[in-house]
Amino acid sequence: VERTSLLKMMEISVAEAEKRTGKNAVNMQETYTVYLIETRPVDAASEGTNPVPDSLWRRYSEFELLRNYLLVTYPFSVVPPLPEKRAEFVWHKLSADNMDPDFVERRRVGLENFLLRVASHPDLSSDKIFYSFLTEENGWKETVFETGFQAKADSRLKALNATFRVKNPDKRFAEMKHYGDELQSVISQLLRVRARAADRLYGVYKVHGNYGRVFSEWSAIEKEMGDGLQSAGHHMDAYAASVDDILEEEEHYADQLKEYLFYADALRAVCRKHELTQYELEMAAQDLTSKKQQREELATGTIRTFSLKGMTSKLFGQETPEQREAKLKMLETQIEEGEELVKERNAECEEFVKSAWVDIERFKEQKDHDLREALISYAIMQISMCKKGIQVWNNAKECFSKM
Amino acid sequence: MSAGTPRSLPSSGQKPIQDICHPLSAEECALSRSPDVLNPCSAGERDLILPNGTPVDTSSPASSSSLLNRLQLDDDLDGETRDLFVTVDDPKKHVSTMETYITYRVCTKTTRTEFDLPEYSVRRRYQDFDWLRNKLEESQPTHLIPPLPEKFVMKGVVDRFSEEFVETRRKALDKFLKRVADHPVLSFNEHFNAFLSAKDLNKRQGLALLTKMGESVKYVTGGYKLRARPVEFAAMGDYLDVFTQKLGTIDRIAQRIIKEQSEFLMELREYGPVYSSWSSFEEDLHDPLEGVSGCVSNCSSALEELTEDMSEDFLPVLREYVLYIESMKNVLKKRDQVQAEYETKLEAVVFREDKKTLVPSDVEKCQDRVECFNADLKADWDRWQNNKRQDFRQLLTGMADKNIQYYEKCLAAWESLIPLLQDKQDAKGETN
Repeated sequence: VERTSLLKMMEISVAEAEKRTGKNAVNMQETYTVYLIETRPVDAASEGTNPVPDSLWRRYSEFELLRNYLLVTYPFSVVPPLPEKRAEFVWHKLSADNMDPDFVERRRVGLENFLLRVASHPDLSSDKIFYSFLTEENGWKETVFETGFQAKADSRLKALNATFRVKNPDKRFAEMKHYGDELQSVISQLLRVRARAADRLYGVYKVHGNYGRVFSEWSAIEKEMGDGLQSAGHHMDAYAASVDDILEEEEHYADQLKEYLFYADALRAVCRKHELTQYELEMAAQDLTSKKQQREELATGTIRTFSLKGMTSKLFGQETPEQREAKLKMLETQIEEGEELVKERNAECEEFVKSAWVDIERFKEQKDHDLREALISYAIMQISMCKKGIQVWNNAKECFSKM
Repeated sequence: MSAGTPRSLPSSGQKPIQDICHPLSAEECALSRSPDVLNPCSAGERDLILPNGTPVDTSSPASSSSLLNRLQLDDDLDGETRDLFVTVDDPKKHVSTMETYITYRVCTKTTRTEFDLPEYSVRRRYQDFDWLRNKLEESQPTHLIPPLPEKFVMKGVVDRFSEEFVETRRKALDKFLKRVADHPVLSFNEHFNAFLSAKDLNKRQGLALLTKMGESVKYVTGGYKLRARPVEFAAMGDYLDVFTQKLGTIDRIAQRIIKEQSEFLMELREYGPVYSSWSSFEEDLHDPLEGVSGCVSNCSSALEELTEDMSEDFLPVLREYVLYIESMKNVLKKRDQVQAEYETKLEAVVFREDKKTLVPSDVEKCQDRVECFNADLKADWDRWQNNKRQDFRQLLTGMADKNIQYYEKCLAAWESLIPLLQDKQDAKGETN
């Protein structure tokens, strides 16, 4: 049974970006960017009427809030990432400034992509908070906080950052986590080197522009050679100018890679969550075992394991039979509760593993498809660049041959 | 096809090269379709039309001969009655206890009576070329002598015995001799003759040292002041000044481009392998990623070739011209000096107090010298301008070609990758 995703019923887009100024939390003036989210029911367009879409403005921090809510509420889902908060892997021409129009534009595209991904996710797309994010401008923030997710978020963050050792992790999750690490590392490296290469390529193209100027100057002292030189110079200028578009397109490819760089993080988070649930199960089981052992010792009077109680009773005298009875009774209750807890945790674990693995498989397929598409469009970009180069140099060659 | 006129210029219309008769074998032209004649033409059929679309000019032999020069059919067909063909090839390394050096084979084919034999094959080293050039400069001071490739190379920076360096030098030496051989005056110079034919130049060099003294006396002129430089020679000087400047700029730009390309290449060499290491932990994406890595590697090789070619073929020619211009400016200076001497002596005669003495023949000799110099220089200037045009057309077209080839190689690599990238998708579509 295929669950209907929101995207099948509704068109979503992040249509525009605008600058706003206002007072922030500490009452200081700040400038920030807001993004226009437009929604429209799918059938509206097909009917041919083309009504005005519903729209509202959101800023980046609200997107972050939405995502944090989703992370906490759907811990077994690989939650789609947001576009980067600050420009990383920049090469010299790109501004690292968040207000830079190119950065804002790429962020707009990234935010739209985020919404589309969430809206097509089998579990996330039916979330009410997500829906109201898209449709209710005012009061949405309050609604989110009312869910009480913030408390869960804090404890989740704490737990995920803690170091603990799991005795029996699910092998598949351990492998996935390792994969996530490797993916993150290799994409980072790729983005770094690509940025450096882009810098160099920019230099190569731009220096050719100098030919334009010198050919022009040279043509002034020539008679027959003059025209050919002059027009060849213009082609050199065109060549130098062409690199801007080329590198702009390549940024799009870099953005696609970046999405999966951040996705790797989301994947690792799910694996980590599994470890956490597994760890909690193991802790509960361990606790139960030790309680059972204590009961046995108390019942049989043998002390098999070192315990502070045992030592103190040795030092300060044995307990009375009444005290022992009371203790045994307490232990029995605890053991009962412990067994319940273990059952609960076990069920949680199994449930988590099942749901998470489904989403991980879905993610794997999506990743393979998307990255393959990205590589194809990258190859197409390179082909286009080569063709442009051939054309420009052929034009220049024609001019040279007329010298 | 005209079976008629032997020695017809290849310029009558746009004839294919097969139909042009060899000036030295006129009777056979109607019949001969020998493979030797046909061989070089496959590369050059389209070139008999000047690049701007006009047919090869009948009235300027210089253009047709230079055109064919470009095709390097140096001992085949020609528009003029060229009777002297020279090539430089076959570099060989010689190791002796004293030094290691390279010699080149210099082959000559000629029908000129100034030569004893119709063919010569001698071995010469750079020193010998340098000697020749010096002799030409001394003995033909009114002419523009073509330049030699640079004499000094920084040891440790450039490998004097590397294939690339030797080949670059060989090409430049070949061009030098060809230019001399094409010159109507220089090619008849006795030193040139000796260079091409003598088995052993050393003795000649010894003699030359003695005569060097005598000859240089001829054109030593004191520091005479020049009244007015004729407009055309002033224009030449101005032109050379600006041109040299522009060449310097182009050299710097080309070097900068090579540097940027080399740095880009360095990054590419790191970039490609990252895709490879990524593919190592992917399943479905393994082949596409490997494919991209291979592609980037191919592009890297193509780029390396481009930078090497530019270093080896483009830059040396630019530098050669700068040297050429240097020596030309010196010739212009000499001309100025000769004119200045004449003017001063003439003045002295005109304003002499003793009206009885006749005008000294000395002054007449000076006048002759000035007029000869001017005439030689003008002729050489025109020839030089023409050659310069051909050379730069060839040089810049070559640069464009190299870049086109680079992009074509990259294009082929990326295009062949597309089906590989799309491949599994189709397969997947079927299994789904």
